[in-house]
Amino acid sequence: MSYSPYFNPEYETMSRPELEALQLQRLRQTVRHCMNSPFYQQKFKQLGITPDDIKSLDDVSRLPFTSKEDLRENYPYGLACVPLKDCVRLHSSSGTTGNPTVVLHTQKDLDEWANAVARCLWMVGSRPEDVFQNSAGYGMFTAGLGFQYGAEKVGMLTVPAAAGNTLRQIKFIKDFGTTVLHAIPSYASRIYEVMKEEGVDPRRDTKLRVLCIGAEPHSEEQRRRIEEYLGVKAYNSYGISEMMGPGVAFECPEQNGIHIWEDYFIVEIIDPVTLQPVPEGELGELVITTINREAMPLLRYRTRDLTRFLPGDCPCGRTHRRLARLQGRSDDMIILKGVNIFPIQVEKILLKFKEVSTDYLITLETRDGNDTMTVDVELSQLFTDDYGRLQSLEKEITRQLKDEILVTPKVRLLSKGSLKVSDEKKAVRVKDLRKLF
Amino acid sequence: MTINQLSVFIENKSGTLVKVLQLLKQANIQIIASSIADTAEYGIYRIICSEPAKAYDELKKAGVAVALSDVFAIELDNQPGRAAEAVECLSNAGISIAYMYTFLFNGKGILIFRTDNADKTREVITLNGLRFVTEKDLSLWS
Repeated sequence: MSYSPYFNPEYETMSRPELEALQLQRLRQTVRHCMNSPFYQQKFKQLGITPDDIKSLDDVSRLPFTSKEDLRENYPYGLACVPLKDCVRLHSSSGTTGNPTVVLHTQKDLDEWANAVARCLWMVGSRPEDVFQNSAGYGMFTAGLGFQYGAEKVGMLTVPAAAGNTLRQIKFIKDFGTTVLHAIPSYASRIYEVMKEEGVDPRRDTKLRVLCIGAEPHSEEQRRRIEEYLGVKAYNSYGISEMMGPGVAFECPEQNGIHIWEDYFIVEIIDPVTLQPVPEGELGELVITTINREAMPLLRYRTRDLTRFLPGDCPCGRTHRRLARLQGRSDDMIILKGVNIFPIQVEKILLKFKEVSTDYLITLETRDGNDTMTVDVELSQLFTDDYGRLQSLEKEITRQLKDEILVTPKVRLLSKGSLKVSDEKKAVRVKDLRKLF
Repeated sequence: MTINQLSVFIENKSGTLVKVLQLLKQANIQIIASSIADTAEYGIYRIICSEPAKAYDELKKAGVAVALSDVFAIELDNQPGRAAEAVECLSNAGISIAYMYTFLFNGKGILIFRTDNADKTREVITLNGLRFVTEKDLSLWS
């Protein structure tokens, strides 16, 4: 059977002027709808604006920002724009610091969400003939139900395997003939490691062909490595739980940037300090306004994710703009001895050394009043019988890390399996044990 | 001329050595001689054993960082001074020994070592009439 390459061709390939007209219409609707929440009423009052001031897309910059703190302070229902009786689903973040954040959905919101995820899955070649296995945590973690409904919308046979119990995951992949798998990248690596231990050859013993990876920053090299190991095409998924979860943006078959659905969102990239837009194509913080949400629209939500717009049209034919691979989160940034460091920089260097595996742990400690950084890495194979060469490996990793991050870390070689990478949610990459005075 | 030695990366953490020994036990591998050195953070555990290729596969399958390497093994009479004479031959030829360990086998002293120059070492051993031990010799035991 031959299918269109697009799930929603009328929207995905809409001309820019049409798309922008649609955005403006939906933005104006959204802004008016926001007046149902006392939170936004207050914000508009403070800025001295009314919904009627929004006359063009450029007027987005007149709207107030919304932050994660706003969601926490107005926990749980302060940003609802419909009565609770019209809401059918609630998702909540873990709330490790203070109140969690709550996101509400009406039935229409859920349908739109499923459609967005289905659009993404279809884009990377998922079709009704496929078997989709979702190895993400269910429950409050949006990647569970988010992918579930999207995959069902595509018409795939969907296996809600959830995260963990790797042996069982592998059994499902083999027995059910899974062709499309969703997992966070560190867990996809873990599945491969266990397959290897169990003598399962992914190319010979499974039908896997597409892997969707998201939720954790990962480099191009790490993606290529997972693709090679599992014999699949791996596509980058970008979700934000405050937007809805997965389905916000996704890679197309070109594997060059993630398309963000501009009929759902208005996208800005700003300087996190000045809050002004960065020049086109430069790195900044992603700010998103939802334009088709009922229960809880968000205006200019500060994602804290750092990215940039990719220039030009995408050969895939979709007119929605592409964002570059995420460059880490402004929250993940480590400041050590006054230097800004992103964990992804460490990862980039480690990937150059085939003697070590892709897992790592950064520990920050205060020793004798000095802040120090230790990078633990696992030796994936013993390539030498010689202490000297192990030491020179340590030295070479240290030297390259120093060139990249400008401080000298202590590199420790560990045996395989020493670093416990979590089976669920996000892997812990940084432990900050510094004494802060 | 040389025999197979397993080298295993061992982190300085309790339980890591046991794990390797248990894996060898499960694979029914007999250890003939072994040596471990301690440094601050990790060590290399070197093992001469029965069926080194099988032992290597089993450890690798279990995710252990392991290497299979060639080391020299020579047999000396079990008398005072024989090791000194053997090492002197190497030393006189300007060969450096990277590491060495010894054990008694079948009433003979066995010297296991690695040098910085394998070709020259081979030459010196042959010219001085030192006797190589083969894996077959050692398998008499198992």
